[in-house]
Amino acid sequence: MGVSWRCCDATACRAAGAAALRQRLEAEVGADRVKPVGCLRLCGMGPLAAADHADGSTELVAGVAGERRLDLAHPFFLLQRSVVLERCGLVNPDSIDDAIAQGAYAALDRCRQLAPQAVIEQVARSGLRGRGGAGYPTGRKWQLVAAQASPTRAVVCNADEGDPGAFMDRAVLEGDPHRLLEGMAIAAHAVGAAEAFIYVRAEYPLAIERLRTAIGAAEARGVLAGLPIQLRIGAGAYVCGEETALLHSIEGGRGTPRPRPPYPAVSGLWGLPTLINNVETFAAVPAILREGGDWYAAMGTATSKGTKVFALSGAIPHTGLIEVEMGTSLRTIVEAMGQSPPGQVKAVQTGGPSGGCVPAALLDTPVDYESLQSLGSIMGSGGMVVIDGAMAMPELARYFMRFCVDESCGKCLPCRAGTVQLAQLLDRFVERRATAADLVQLEQLCGMVKATSLCGLGQSAPNPVLSTLRFFRAEYEAAISAPVVP
Amino acid sequence: MTTLQLQINGRAVSAAGDATVLEAIRSAGLQVPTLCHLDGLTPVGACRLCLVVIEGHPKLEPACVTAVADGMVVHTHTPELDTYRRMAVELFFAEGNHVCAVCVANGACELQAVAVEVGMDHSRFPYQYPRRQVDASHPLFSLDHHRCILCTRCVRVCDEIEAVHVWDVGYRGSSCSIIAGLDQPWGEVAACTNCGKCVDVCPTGALFRKEDGSGEKQPHPERAHQLVEARTEHHWHNQ
Repeated sequence: MGVSWRCCDATACRAAGAAALRQRLEAEVGADRVKPVGCLRLCGMGPLAAADHADGSTELVAGVAGERRLDLAHPFFLLQRSVVLERCGLVNPDSIDDAIAQGAYAALDRCRQLAPQAVIEQVARSGLRGRGGAGYPTGRKWQLVAAQASPTRAVVCNADEGDPGAFMDRAVLEGDPHRLLEGMAIAAHAVGAAEAFIYVRAEYPLAIERLRTAIGAAEARGVLAGLPIQLRIGAGAYVCGEETALLHSIEGGRGTPRPRPPYPAVSGLWGLPTLINNVETFAAVPAILREGGDWYAAMGTATSKGTKVFALSGAIPHTGLIEVEMGTSLRTIVEAMGQSPPGQVKAVQTGGPSGGCVPAALLDTPVDYESLQSLGSIMGSGGMVVIDGAMAMPELARYFMRFCVDESCGKCLPCRAGTVQLAQLLDRFVERRATAADLVQLEQLCGMVKATSLCGLGQSAPNPVLSTLRFFRAEYEAAISAPVVP
Repeated sequence: MTTLQLQINGRAVSAAGDATVLEAIRSAGLQVPTLCHLDGLTPVGACRLCLVVIEGHPKLEPACVTAVADGMVVHTHTPELDTYRRMAVELFFAEGNHVCAVCVANGACELQAVAVEVGMDHSRFPYQYPRRQVDASHPLFSLDHHRCILCTRCVRVCDEIEAVHVWDVGYRGSSCSIIAGLDQPWGEVAACTNCGKCVDVCPTGALFRKEDGSGEKQPHPERAHQLVEARTEHHWHNQ
């Protein structure tokens, strides 16, 4: 028995030359011993391939010619705790046989023997909270949808990942699409839904292709037990990740949010009670049903259970995808896993345009919903960008604000016009021509946009400004060109 | 219909069980400014001027889309709300090109009236001076995008009352604009019935009759509500 290879065939590695690496390996050991798989985690070093030796050992190599050997005993790999990503990198995402051989749909089969209420009970016991960012208890949401009087309900997967620096959901979709389908089918059984939709943005062509293949295979095999799962391709608008805007978009309308209540759980897609969860949330469900809610709840912290996938990027040697237990400190992630030399990190940006910056002095903060929120940042969907001293904070804040200006749907005034004014105020700080009055106006307007915008996009757009003002105020003050006359 | 008791600005108020907070405020003879809201049209909660404080609610709530609840305690004017409202009106003025002196709606403009109401005499935000178009392709009416505040009353009245849906919103963010048909000149949209309801409900001088000069526009925002009422109560059938 010789060696068999698993070659990463996800977007990041493809862009880095995965096809050439795979061809080379196929020529060397034969095509039947080379399997395309999803993300092997250390995306920044790609293309990656893993060699499984007959003696059970595994090696990881990187580079088009496989010229670098990566240390699998490095904390980057050792500290990972794979739950959502347990099959990602192991299975061929285009093969339902491979997925089933490695456990896919077993939890769904078992959960069909259970009453819907018992399924919800396990999800509630697990303590799983929404991985899309807001962190609403998943079991409670499922319960709410199941309790609606309507004879039929809908399940929707929010796969509209669009935060700068976030690629967790894409990795799941590209690496283990059957996992999402299984999670959604379990949810549909639990809440009594007769139809399901996956809303994914057109910028993820590979994910779409793999989802299509997976849905086709799952339907042909009958594993979804008649649950129709439809793909809806979004044109790519950040606001369509907001649940009510996403539902409008599925319905064929303009992707704009509406005031809540009513929440989608009560009145969502075409007025039906609708369960809407993010990719990672659904993807955690099969493991929870397989191992039991208590098993999942044993991981993490008192209020943030289980594991979380982060897309680690920025000014560090190791960038890629990590899944760690909730409560792991930022320092462990950045310095041990990311291999950043101590003292080089200035801040860690979490949560994308809705999030904020945690300064280096607070790197011992555990990653959980409450700790990050208390620092003015958020868990968000899991983007984590490491910032070093080369980045000026007003400029970072402006980057995110410009993103919000571009992505605002324009429906409500504070977000449409307020972000424009905020971005222009930040221009003055970046160009070091701000006045003391600009600083006052910047803070006031941040407060107004946050308090009065209609949806989460506008309400959180000022967060990168407010958090950098909180921890790096001196950089804003240094940009004031005319000193204040007392 | 059940009647609910609530408190608005310290005053006891009764409201029908299906009323919104805005309806309760107005039925009590109190005022809160609105621009996107219009009786008779589906509320959208977009202009954010009617935000109120409801005790026990973590966020400010738009009165136009929030249902009343028994025992609700509402505040329509707090220092914070007043500050935000004034900033909102300043943002409206800064994002368009609102030159009252040469506007058909001068003196009958709801944006102007709200500015007076919140005490705004100038905007502290830099004017954006956007380059926008005037669509004069329709034989009877014109659309001056410079004065549009994207309240979408025209979109809703055309869709919900005239049932034609000539209007919609195109583009995104600060590039948003009201579009006719498939983003065509208004005059080329065959579906338009020339009914003028959009002009009647427009709160500013964005939509106007061609014969109107400065300060001559006479809007009729109440007509939307009258039409809905007449249809609901079958006024025409009873004749």
